[in-house]
Amino acid sequence: MTPALWPPTAQEIVFLLLSVVAVGSALLVVTTRQLVHAALWLVACFGALAGCYLVLTAEFVAWVQVLIYVGAVVVLMLFGIMLTRAPIGRTADLDSGNRVVAALVALATAAVLVTVVIDGFRSAYTPLDPGTGSAKSLGGSIFRTWVLPFEALSILLLAALIGAIVISRTDIKGRE
Amino acid sequence: MTFLVSPVANPGPTSPGPTLADFGHDPLWISIIKAVFLFVFLMVGVLMGVWTERKLISRMQHRYGPNRAGKFGLLQTVADGLKMGLKEDLMPRKVDKLLYFLAPVIIAVPAFLAFSVIPFGPVVSMFGVKTPLQLTDLPVAVLLILAMASIGVYGIVLAGWASRSPYAILGGLRSSAQVVSYEIAMGLSFVAVFLYAGTLSTSEIVAKQADGGSFALGSLNIPLPSWYAVLLIPSFLIYVLTMLGETNRVPFDLPEGEGELVGGFHTEYSSSLKFAMFMLAEYVNVFVVSGVATTLFLGGWRAPWPISLWDGANVGWWPMLWFFAKLVLLFCFFVWVRASLPRVRYDQLMHFGWKVLIPLNLAWILMVASFRALRVDNSPLVIVLMAIVVVGALGVYFRFDTVLQRRREQRAAQEAEEFDQLRDQPTAGGFPVPALDLPHYHGATTGLNRKEVPSA
Repeated sequence: MTPALWPPTAQEIVFLLLSVVAVGSALLVVTTRQLVHAALWLVACFGALAGCYLVLTAEFVAWVQVLIYVGAVVVLMLFGIMLTRAPIGRTADLDSGNRVVAALVALATAAVLVTVVIDGFRSAYTPLDPGTGSAKSLGGSIFRTWVLPFEALSILLLAALIGAIVISRTDIKGRE
Repeated sequence: MTFLVSPVANPGPTSPGPTLADFGHDPLWISIIKAVFLFVFLMVGVLMGVWTERKLISRMQHRYGPNRAGKFGLLQTVADGLKMGLKEDLMPRKVDKLLYFLAPVIIAVPAFLAFSVIPFGPVVSMFGVKTPLQLTDLPVAVLLILAMASIGVYGIVLAGWASRSPYAILGGLRSSAQVVSYEIAMGLSFVAVFLYAGTLSTSEIVAKQADGGSFALGSLNIPLPSWYAVLLIPSFLIYVLTMLGETNRVPFDLPEGEGELVGGFHTEYSSSLKFAMFMLAEYVNVFVVSGVATTLFLGGWRAPWPISLWDGANVGWWPMLWFFAKLVLLFCFFVWVRASLPRVRYDQLMHFGWKVLIPLNLAWILMVASFRALRVDNSPLVIVLMAIVVVGALGVYFRFDTVLQRRREQRAAQEAEEFDQLRDQPTAGGFPVPALDLPHYHGATTGLNRKEVPSA
């Protein structure tokens, strides 16, 4: 059963507002002139995304989003920025020479994703029952239904991890 | 192969406490009362906590501590707080104004939020409304606590960066690196608890600690301890270490190592309420990790053994007292550790976090998980797999051990050689010699090529 799109429910309004925050801060990430502020706008973007997950009753994913992306990934980026340059104020050389092409690619990707999603789901409607996004149901579907992709991804991540260590360690020499 | 374990149903003459279903029915005013109570509890707790710490550590060091303001010096912290509030608010000229202002807020607010999922007691009747003594609970409450801790890191990084001071930025990087590393070990030490409790909700974890069940060995039923601190003691010990590291307390208080840094990430917050916010956040964080330790490992608000024999121990308002007692004891443990241990070096801290705590934790989780798997299905296949895992782990361990031992011996030999060389020619930068580039050692510095560090 598809409920009417108008008038929107409170959930839909909150979801839309959060999406606006996410998209807006994502745009600010690439347009701001201060490197550290860009990282902080990324935090706002991830936070809004976590809020979207919460509205969709995916509690586990939402808090993991905060824990991993806000709490670890961006902190690592800030670390990288501060250990290398710790820039203060505006940075002049932040604009890439490829920015027109990059914008085109980004727009094209967005267009493809939006068409696929709209075409694939059209008027499908998922009822937002609390509990469907809990740790239990998520764990069940990952480790029962999707266990092979999960393991393949784990191996891929492990390989990337070891590769990063090998590249960053200068005391490990390659074979002559 | 059915000799191992049989799950025992919870007999419990007393109910194990509220579950997730009991939450979300509170009228708004009850929630407001609970939130205000939490806030007041934490604020008064910080005031009393600072006093308790200073008084206790003084007695441990054979001195009196604060004893002028009020009876037993009880008003000392209040006086300090008032002084902080009345001081001139200095804003260094070149700081990033917004972030400089926001950093203390970012560090303090998540600390308070984390307390909203800590259970203080069972369902009680509050002004005629049945409600659990806990602000709220989620199916993933413990994740919320971890997420709040990871947001608090931003306060540290941004305080350091926004101050525009090299000391502050170094202090900020050091302390956030420490908090991030110990957070991983902390998260891993919860995994065993999740495996045993089967839930991430704090109220249900407390309920699961009502009764330990038993371990059936043949016809013999060995009762298991109910507190996870005893049942999962490696997890608990690791958690205790990480909670010291996570809150930047002795012996991991490097962010404030006064001998090495000027003052750490809050160097430029010299006065006023912003500095008070950092202190507040530090103590609230101590209460949060103590509360989590109580909830996840020490039976939460449930009465400890001799008291639990009394039927009324786990009903009504009494459990709040047991919870508070456990919290105070844990806080005293923090003080005791501070009075006894020296500060570790930074590389020791990182080495300990990454190379000792995390691998130990992973091995322990593997063991607990295998044990749980046996409980579900003790077919020969699982047992064979377990044996392979154990043998493989031992093999990897011994291999690393021999390699490390060899490397250590090599290093020691190298160092001894270097020491011999330095002893022969002290002028080559050896020891123990005075600083040879001082003005009155004319000519003695020829061998030394020291670089001047220009002050910006």
